[in-house]
Amino acid sequence: MNYYLRKTIIFAVTLFCVAAINFLLFTVIPGNAALSRLGTEATPEKIEQLSKSYGLDKSIPERFVSWLGGAVTGDFGMSSVYPTRTVSELIGKRLPVTAGLAFISLLLIIIISIPIGLVGSKKPGGIIDRITDISALAFMSIPSFILGIVITVVFGVVLRWFVPGSYTAPSESFFGYVGCLIFPALSIAIPKTAMTVRFLKASVRRELSEDYVRTARAKGNTRDEVLSHHVLKNSLLPVITFIGLIVAEVMAGSIITEKVFDLDGIGMLLISSISKRDMNVVQAVVMYIAATVVTVNFIVDMIYRKVDPRT
Amino acid sequence: MKKKLISFFMILQIVIAAALCGCTGGTNGDGPEQQSGSDSSVRYGGKITVGITQDLDSLDPHKAVAAGTEEVLINIFDGLIKVASNGDFVPAVASSYEISEDGLKYAFTLRKGVKFHNGKEVTAEDVIYSLKRVAGLDGTPDPEVLVKSAFSVIKEINKTEDGVEVILSEPATELIGFFTCSIIPCDYDAQETAPVGCGPFKFVSYEPMRSIVLEKNEDYYIEGVPYLDGVTFKISADTDAAFLELMAGGIDIFPYLTADQANQLKERYNIEYGTMNLVQALFLNNAREPFTDVRVRQAICYALDRQGILNVVAEGRGEVIGTNMFPTFSRYYDASLVDKYPTDTAMAKKLLADAGYPDGISFTITIPSNYDFHVKTGEVIVEQLRAAGIDAKIKLVEWSSWLSDVYAGRDFESTIIGLDSELAPSDILRFYPSDSSKNFINYSNSEFDEIYAKAKKTADEGEKTRLYKRLEAILTEDAASAYIQSPAQLVAVNKEITGYTFYPVYVQDMSTVAYLK
Repeated sequence: MNYYLRKTIIFAVTLFCVAAINFLLFTVIPGNAALSRLGTEATPEKIEQLSKSYGLDKSIPERFVSWLGGAVTGDFGMSSVYPTRTVSELIGKRLPVTAGLAFISLLLIIIISIPIGLVGSKKPGGIIDRITDISALAFMSIPSFILGIVITVVFGVVLRWFVPGSYTAPSESFFGYVGCLIFPALSIAIPKTAMTVRFLKASVRRELSEDYVRTARAKGNTRDEVLSHHVLKNSLLPVITFIGLIVAEVMAGSIITEKVFDLDGIGMLLISSISKRDMNVVQAVVMYIAATVVTVNFIVDMIYRKVDPRT
Repeated sequence: MKKKLISFFMILQIVIAAALCGCTGGTNGDGPEQQSGSDSSVRYGGKITVGITQDLDSLDPHKAVAAGTEEVLINIFDGLIKVASNGDFVPAVASSYEISEDGLKYAFTLRKGVKFHNGKEVTAEDVIYSLKRVAGLDGTPDPEVLVKSAFSVIKEINKTEDGVEVILSEPATELIGFFTCSIIPCDYDAQETAPVGCGPFKFVSYEPMRSIVLEKNEDYYIEGVPYLDGVTFKISADTDAAFLELMAGGIDIFPYLTADQANQLKERYNIEYGTMNLVQALFLNNAREPFTDVRVRQAICYALDRQGILNVVAEGRGEVIGTNMFPTFSRYYDASLVDKYPTDTAMAKKLLADAGYPDGISFTITIPSNYDFHVKTGEVIVEQLRAAGIDAKIKLVEWSSWLSDVYAGRDFESTIIGLDSELAPSDILRFYPSDSSKNFINYSNSEFDEIYAKAKKTADEGEKTRLYKRLEAILTEDAASAYIQSPAQLVAVNKEITGYTFYPVYVQDMSTVAYLK
């Protein structure tokens, strides 16, 4: 129990530090929300007036405390660029895009990489082993934005299977929702699948040389039985960590993929809020990303401990 | 309904078109409006998607800063008058208007039976409320409402028998262009979430960074308009993303094509050419060495080959200018100023030597990085200046840094930007009076100040035109900045759609757009 308690405390402290650093960083960046809002109509009086209404005239510690208080309850205040929207609303509307992308691509990664990884490592040095190795290397070397452009041109412009940039909310049509996300998800999934395959193969190879494999074979198990009953579980352990990293990465918003497919998700919200100096939104999104990464790691730690109590 | 300043235009590549030789763009005469509804080639109904690359900064028309917002809101809101495609002011919510000879009184007769989208009739109270709000005359002004400084001459606004009259404290003869500002209901306070106006389209929904959806206003006061049942303005991340959507058929009209993109789309879309109505220039900080010396500024003008710039960045489309005025202001525009500084490297070197810089000068050009068009222009300029022994470097900054450092802080050596304007000559020249808060280049010339103040008050049209042309000439003679071009605009329009119309102001008017039968 001590282990879990310690991990939880570290989890909380990490989040607090991220919150503090992120808050401070954005107070030193030049430009502020009031100026950005007024554009070329800015005059010193107007800037002062608007800064005051945004609460920018208070001291930094004061602002931090009130912000942190709100953040704990999920209230990040109003967006300064969209004065009629709360920050939570802006993020909430974009979460289905990013979460959908993350979920679909994760599903693709798992259902493609595990069978390929296992089949590929059945006969080390065999033809399937080599083909999977080489193609995995090839696919992981393609940056996802190149894949994204290729997919857009082939499936969007030439075949017209989907319209890049269109988005259907899951509440309108579930299939429409999956349909508009599947191609972007593919561009995220392909390089990551290739990486997972290589990772899994290396792990299987390592396990296959272990003594228990020889023992299991000696007891009369076929190669396939050993692979699926004994080796798979052990070789998946390091893969869990790796997939955890991927989950954290895609949940945090795949900025490049969203940009290439013109999807309005968390990543796009982050970039556009940064360029518009919408501090409240940027801070909330950074907190969201940090919280996601820290939480996923926390969960991976927990699973790991459960599956393999030795660590 | 348009106003504003710096062309907030679009993120990755921008548009350009209209060759110097003739195709000034400006108007496109085959909108259904001109055919007054009797045209049998178009049909009613249907919905379209228009691609835009800039998000809206407010749905309240009086709070919108960006030109890119007003070009959309024009479809929801109408003013007392509006600008026709040929640049004339035509009555809108007002059925007629009259300006007293001394320029002290503007009287508007309201059109009968104009209704807001919420069903309420437009009354004199609404008009007075709207005008006072924009003029900053309503008791406790909302700090976010952009008060039009041109309205500062308003003394009082009164209700009359059939409309309203605006009394001024001093003569202002070209104030009429500002009465295009949106009329909004006086008893409605949710403009920012669910805007209500009396324009051709009603607001349906808006999601930041995603889209704004409009539907037909069945009760629009112009018979037979609009044609479409609905319009969605889809906000794309940049012109590249929008281009892919065009190729995939997700967008019907896209107003910000680059020349390259236009070439690729020619077979699938009609490409229409217009102008952006911007003054693009290499703006020089007149208070910064070495630009304090007029000879240095002139040397830069001589060093530039403006047509060469257009050829590189826009395949020769756009119109070369020589002063701070764009050609669509035909009445006030002095075309002869274009040739004041022909490309002459030897002359540029000589002027620099005379000014005490025989070895040339070096300076920085600060450019907002989101305006690819200006960045490209800058790259060409750097090369051209090098030939005259001038060493210029480009410094890219974010748009918000540009606003704070260059525009508000005036801390720069030179910059490239496009300026836009209301349809009033005093508005496009508002950057130059020495006491103007918008004078970011620190230009100062007492003769200019004097004539500018006088021109604004002059009632006689001939005299007014003469004075404005003189102001333009002063800017050119002083080489206040190196004026480059009025960039062209390329618009892709679905081949099944007709009626896209260009205006001398920055708007996307969908009321004249219709599907072909």
